[in-house]
Amino acid sequence: MSLWQYANPVKFLHLSGKIVPLATVVSAVCLIAGLYWGYFLTPDDYKQGSTVKIIYIHVPSALVAINAWFMMLVASLIWLVRRHHVSVLASKAASHVGVVMTLIALITGALWGQPMWGTWWAWDPRLTSFLILFLFYLGYIALWAAIDNPDTAADLTSVLCIVGSVFAVLSRYAVNFWNQGLHQGASLSMDKAEHVSDVFYYPLLLSIAGFILLFVVLTLVGTRTEIRQRRAKALLARERG
Amino acid sequence: MPELGKYAFAVLSSYGITIALIIALVGFVVLRNAKARRALEAIERGGKNG
Amino acid sequence: MIALLIRDLRLAMRAGGGFGLSLAFFLIVVVLVPFGVGPEMGLLSRIAPGILWVGALLACLLSLDRIFALDFEDGSLDLLATSPLPAEGIVTIKSLAHWLTTGLPLVLMAPVLGVLLGLPERGYYWIIVSLAVGTPALSVIGTFGAALTVGIKRGGLLLSLLVLPLYVPTLIYGAELARRGTQGMDTSTPLFMLAGITCAVTAMLPFASAAVLRINLR
Repeated sequence: MSLWQYANPVKFLHLSGKIVPLATVVSAVCLIAGLYWGYFLTPDDYKQGSTVKIIYIHVPSALVAINAWFMMLVASLIWLVRRHHVSVLASKAASHVGVVMTLIALITGALWGQPMWGTWWAWDPRLTSFLILFLFYLGYIALWAAIDNPDTAADLTSVLCIVGSVFAVLSRYAVNFWNQGLHQGASLSMDKAEHVSDVFYYPLLLSIAGFILLFVVLTLVGTRTEIRQRRAKALLARERG
Repeated sequence: MPELGKYAFAVLSSYGITIALIIALVGFVVLRNAKARRALEAIERGGKNG
Repeated sequence: MIALLIRDLRLAMRAGGGFGLSLAFFLIVVVLVPFGVGPEMGLLSRIAPGILWVGALLACLLSLDRIFALDFEDGSLDLLATSPLPAEGIVTIKSLAHWLTTGLPLVLMAPVLGVLLGLPERGYYWIIVSLAVGTPALSVIGTFGAALTVGIKRGGLLLSLLVLPLYVPTLIYGAELARRGTQGMDTSTPLFMLAGITCAVTAMLPFASAAVLRINLR
C-alpha cells in the first residue's frame, strides 16, 4: 500500500479525520509553549532589545509562507500529471493558509524593522520578495475564484503556480540585485535563524513546529472542505441530470 | 511581564495582529468546513432540492 | 503563420483596433507624473528612466486582453485551434503581433516622452536599448496571462493581478539598465539579465501559454 491510496477522496477523508484532532492538539501545545517561552522567559537581545521577541512569529510564519507555496507547486504538478483531485484541492486549501502566513510575515517584518529603520516600510530584499510572494498568492486565489468549471480552474491555477514559481525564484535574484544597488547603511537582514544563540533557539524551534503543524491541520481541514464541496456539486448535478 | 521598553508597540502589535489573523484564519477554515459538511450531509440524506 | 501575423497586424491597425491607445496611455502616464511629484526637473530627470519603464509596462498591460479576447468572442480562436498550426505557433505569432503593435511603438515613443521628463542626454540611447530588449519579454509574458484569462468575462483586472508580479524581474533589470546607462555606470549585468529573460521566456513560455489556451478552449 503506497501513499497514492490517499488520492482516493474517501480514504483521504478517513485518514485525515483521524489525524486532524491529534495534530490540532500538538500544534496548539507547541504554539502556546513556544510563544509563551519566547515572550515571557527569554532575555532581550543586546542589539535589538525586546523586538527580538518578534522572531518567534516572524521566522515561523515566513517559513510556512514559502513552504506552503512549494507544497502547492508539488501538488499542482501531481494534479497535472496524475489527475488526482485530492492533490489540487490540497493545493487550493494550502493557498489560504499560505497567504495569511505571508501577510503575518510582512506585517511582523515591517514592525520589527520599524524601530531599526525608522520607517514603517523599507524595500529590504527579503521583505520585498515576500511582498511579491503575497501578490502571487492573491493571483492564485483570485484565479480559482474566477473560473466556474472546477477542472478548468484546477488546470489553470496549477499552470499558474508552476510558472509563478519560476518567476518567484527569478524575482528573488532580481530583487537582491535591485536593492544592493542602493547604499543601505545598517544591515537589514531579518534572518537571524542561523545566528541565534541557544537561549532563543529552542523556543524558536517550538514555535516553528507549532506553525508548521498549524499549516498541516488547516490545510487538511481545508482539503476536506474542498472534497466535500466537490462531492456535493457532483451529487446535485447527478440529481438534475 | 517582561519589560518591553521603547519597543513595546512593535512587539505587542506584532503579537496582537498575528494572533488576530490566526484566529480569523482558523475561523474561516473551520466554519467553511462545517458548512460544507452540513450541506453534503443534507444532500446525501436527499433533503436538498437541486 | 505569416498570414496569421499579417491578419493580426491589420486588425490592430484598423480603427478600434487599439493601436494608438497604448501610445496615448503612455503619454498620459508620463504627463501625470509631474503633476503627481512636482515639476522640478532635477527630480524628474533622476526618475525619468524608471517612469518611462513603468509607463511602457502599464501601456503594454492595457493592450494584453486584446491578444485573444476578440478572437475568442467571435469564435475564430476555436477555428485557429483546429487548424494545422500548433498552438505554440499561434501563441508566439500573437506575442509577436502584440510587440509589433504595442511594444515597438512604445520603444520609439519613449525618447520623445523623455524630453518631458528631462531625461539626460546619455539616457536616450539607453532607454531605447533597454525597452527594445525588454518589451518582447513583456509581450510574451503578457500573452501567457491573456491566455489564462481568455474565458473570463471582464477579466482585465484579474489579468493585471496575474501578470504584474510576473513583470517584476523584467522591470527591475530593464529600469536598472536604463538608469545605469544614463549615469554612465557599468551596464553589463542588467543587460545580460534582461536579454536572458527575454530569450528564456520567448523560448519556453509559449509552451505554457499554448497548454493554457488548449485548456480554455476545451
